Amino acid sequence: MSKEVEITLPNGTKYLQPTGLFINNEYVCGSKGNLIDSIDPATGQVICSVECAEELDVDKAVQAAKAAFYDVWKDSISPSERGDLLYKLYELTKANKDILAQIEAFDSGKPLETNAVFDIDECIGVLKYYAGWADKSHGEYIPINKDKWCLTKHEPFGVVGQIVPWNYPLGMAIWKIAPALAAGNTLVLKSAENTPLSILYFGKLILEAGFPPGVVNFISGFGPIAGSALATHQDVRKIAFTGSTHTGRIIQKLASDTLKAVTLECGGKSPLLVFKDCDLDQAVKWAAIGIFSNMGQICTSTSRIYIEEEIYQEFLNKYVIHVKQEYKQGLPFEHKDVVVGPQVSKLQRDKILEYIEIGKKEGAKLLLGGSKPLEDKYSQGWFVEPTIFSDVNNKMRIVREEIFGPVVVCGKFKTQEEAIKLANDTEYGLGAAVFTKDNSKAFKVADAIEAGMVWINSSNDSDFHVPFGGVKMSGHGRELGDYGLNTYTQAKAIHVNTGFLL
Amino acid sequence: MLRVSTFTGAKVTGTTTIRTTIGSQQLITKSLLARFYSSQIPLKVPVTLPNGIKYEQPTGLFINNEFVASKQGKTFEVLNPSTEDVICDVYESREEDVDLAVDAASKAFNSEWSSQDPAIRGEYLLKLADLIEEHSEVLAGIEALDNGKALISARGDVALVAKYLRSCGGWADKIFGSLIETGDSHFNYARREPLGVCGQIIPWNFPLLMWSWKVGPALATGNTVVLKSAESTPLSALYASQLVKEAGFPAGVVNTLSGFGKITGNAIAAHPKIKKVAFTGSTATGKHIMKTAAESNLKKVTLELGGKSPNIVFEDADINKAVANIILGIYYNSGEVCCAGSRVYVQESIYDEVAKAFKAAAEAVKVGDPFENGVFQGPQTSQNQLNKILDYINIGTQEGATLISGGKRKGNKGYFVEPTIFGDVSEDMRIVKEEIFGPVVTMSKFKDVDEVIKLGNDTEYGLAAGIHTTNLNTAIKVAHSLKAGTVWINTYNDFHQMVPFGGFGQSGIGREMGKEALDNYTQVKAVRIARTN
Repeated sequence: MSKEVEITLPNGTKYLQPTGLFINNEYVCGSKGNLIDSIDPATGQVICSVECAEELDVDKAVQAAKAAFYDVWKDSISPSERGDLLYKLYELTKANKDILAQIEAFDSGKPLETNAVFDIDECIGVLKYYAGWADKSHGEYIPINKDKWCLTKHEPFGVVGQIVPWNYPLGMAIWKIAPALAAGNTLVLKSAENTPLSILYFGKLILEAGFPPGVVNFISGFGPIAGSALATHQDVRKIAFTGSTHTGRIIQKLASDTLKAVTLECGGKSPLLVFKDCDLDQAVKWAAIGIFSNMGQICTSTSRIYIEEEIYQEFLNKYVIHVKQEYKQGLPFEHKDVVVGPQVSKLQRDKILEYIEIGKKEGAKLLLGGSKPLEDKYSQGWFVEPTIFSDVNNKMRIVREEIFGPVVVCGKFKTQEEAIKLANDTEYGLGAAVFTKDNSKAFKVADAIEAGMVWINSSNDSDFHVPFGGVKMSGHGRELGDYGLNTYTQAKAIHVNTGFLL
Repeated sequence: MLRVSTFTGAKVTGTTTIRTTIGSQQLITKSLLARFYSSQIPLKVPVTLPNGIKYEQPTGLFINNEFVASKQGKTFEVLNPSTEDVICDVYESREEDVDLAVDAASKAFNSEWSSQDPAIRGEYLLKLADLIEEHSEVLAGIEALDNGKALISARGDVALVAKYLRSCGGWADKIFGSLIETGDSHFNYARREPLGVCGQIIPWNFPLLMWSWKVGPALATGNTVVLKSAESTPLSALYASQLVKEAGFPAGVVNTLSGFGKITGNAIAAHPKIKKVAFTGSTATGKHIMKTAAESNLKKVTLELGGKSPNIVFEDADINKAVANIILGIYYNSGEVCCAGSRVYVQESIYDEVAKAFKAAAEAVKVGDPFENGVFQGPQTSQNQLNKILDYINIGTQEGATLISGGKRKGNKGYFVEPTIFGDVSEDMRIVKEEIFGPVVTMSKFKDVDEVIKLGNDTEYGLAAGIHTTNLNTAIKVAHSLKAGTVWINTYNDFHQMVPFGGFGQSGIGREMGKEALDNYTQVKAVRIARTN
């Protein structure tokens, strides 16, 4: 525990932040001594520097995970005992909720009271949920004939590699860690280079919970080096990635040499359909949450809104007023009403502003926002105003490409068929939302939309009991629910011959 | 049998105070008095366990998260089966108390309990599991004192209780329905919904463990509970009920009543507002409960009943291990185990060798005070049981079975019976056919696999079976051919919270533990939506 620095959070709270790589239950230095600066996106200031993993460090972590798997985890710890360890981790996360939320807000720019605290609540729920699954992933007995029967066993892969993004740093990590451990794997997880802090802190809880050394390893590092090393490592049997579709493709290619199992949660451009028979006020509110929560940095954000033409104008009028009133911009620790913080990095902020310019040039009508906020307090951070475009068509880049920021595009449709066609006119297929009071219509559209998740009369209210993942270029495999557990097991069939004699 | 309270200071119709004493000659008088007099005892009494641990024992009925006196104020004595001394008195429930408990449970069911986020129910169960662990030494002590089981067995029971409740906590938010594809015209799904107020009646052989097997899945699935403990062992369920409250369960979700089968048990089975009854006990009582449930309001019924389980030793078995498992199969918990391996069948070529080793092992079983180190077998739970077992030993001798070992009461204080083995039995003997529920086992020989399957299945029961062999094919063939809900291969009385337990034939209906237990406490609702446009 030598690698620690004292950090003072914007609200004055002080805490000790581990900065090493968490390998074999110890915080250690990177092999080349390189460091990553973690930056406060609200001010552009460096929070601290953490050790950066190179290829050699990845190998070290994988070897630790492999030894832990074969020496302890696989046979000596029963499924119920794995569950007990996860329950302990759940209790510790609950006890450390406040500090974890503050670290998350500081490092990723999430407003503390309206955003970061809920991330940690979710982490707590997910840990408890998968703790319960640890001893409930059962195989089957399959009768064949009087001379033969079979059993299936749900076996872990061994060492799994996990690469998580920066939009929900700890949240995405827990979505991966909890089912992987419940299913009996050991793991090496790489955090995003922008947001390594909460995961490193979480390593302390892994230690305290009593996980054997090597079962859980956290490395901070960059995708092209550490991520790539993980995706190509011979001893990593499965790789799970959440991030952009572009990187997802690279990961899948890299994994092909060692033929790893791959699950990918990638980008999206999720549609939200508003039919004229809906509860319009509700549709307006959900449509705002669906894109402006977490500063639009959500893979499932419903970033394309299609409105039935009879209510198109009415919806837009209400929508602009609602977003203006409710989506208060501010510093993450400023006060409890702040909903919109900074984007996570300068790179992201610049990319979003560039898309806004593209939208204007493409002829979309800018109804709200469209630039950096002007007040002085925002001058050093990476803020973008909530931005609404209307009168878009499906040829525009702002309609086709994932912006990953607080920018939404609105268009209209005439018929249900047209709405479905517009919704499916994308390479992505992550989420979709439909607003209508007509049950038949709701379920018909839910069936017809090509997406991993469909929300009827809501948007982005995902729940850890329910599988989450994409179709088409949004990825494959599912996280959460029992499906999420299954992606961390492989079936072994045991054939038992009792009477078939040759 | 109802015995009047011997609590000093019992009140007669609330006005006159009399003093009663313990003494068998006064028993009749006291029983008569009990019809007319009610006693008022404190709702908590201090108890000192034989190992020195002191605790406060609740004595009331646990209704709506409070311990209360019974409406009629009746109480009964709880005896220590090792010494026949009174431990304390507890309040006895009657029909009107069942009504109160059912009202509380109905109210709780109709509150947010059954419709809220199931993860919340899970959290209470996790907390309860933690509390059981925290209080494990007291609970194990209560169990050893009240039931007479060896402290070491009682500790095992309590550990399994915590594990099982924790597993139920995990199940709470994992009760899934299904979506059924039937083509374009409809959208269909099936939900699993709780039943409502569940009545549960548990036996005295594993008082706390059976309590957990009943309340765990009922609560995980969103039901509420009115549970009756066994009259001879009410203490641990009452103690655990305080933990229910401490774990944060809303009032009325769990109600625990001390009382007698003919009164309280019957009232539960017949109650029009109870939607399901789950019972563990004898087959005769199980049949009565099923009838009562049918006549009243066609409640759903699950039953865990008696057994006469075969424990089979093949000539290729590891004999030392097999004998250890036979001992565990019949003398564990003083033989008061519904799945006890009470019929031992040994392949003829090794019969004499096994008989010799078994006799030696049975004689080495340490019988005595449950709190004494090294004791494996404590007393039987009650005088009734003791008498019944001694009767059966008599019957066996008269039927011409050879008494290989044991056969007598041990000492004259406390309900102890020697580990008993009968050899040379034939299938038509009553001691081979009927459940004795004590440390009495019959032993006979068989020639081959086919014969032992026939012998094993020659019973009205079908709870469990044991097979001891090193041959995989033999193990599998026999396991698949026996009509039993549980088959243990090279082990016995070996439970796990994830593995279902229950009976074939007259051993019962439904399964406890594992995922299967949840099915006992849910009903399926199919929702079919027409697509009109």
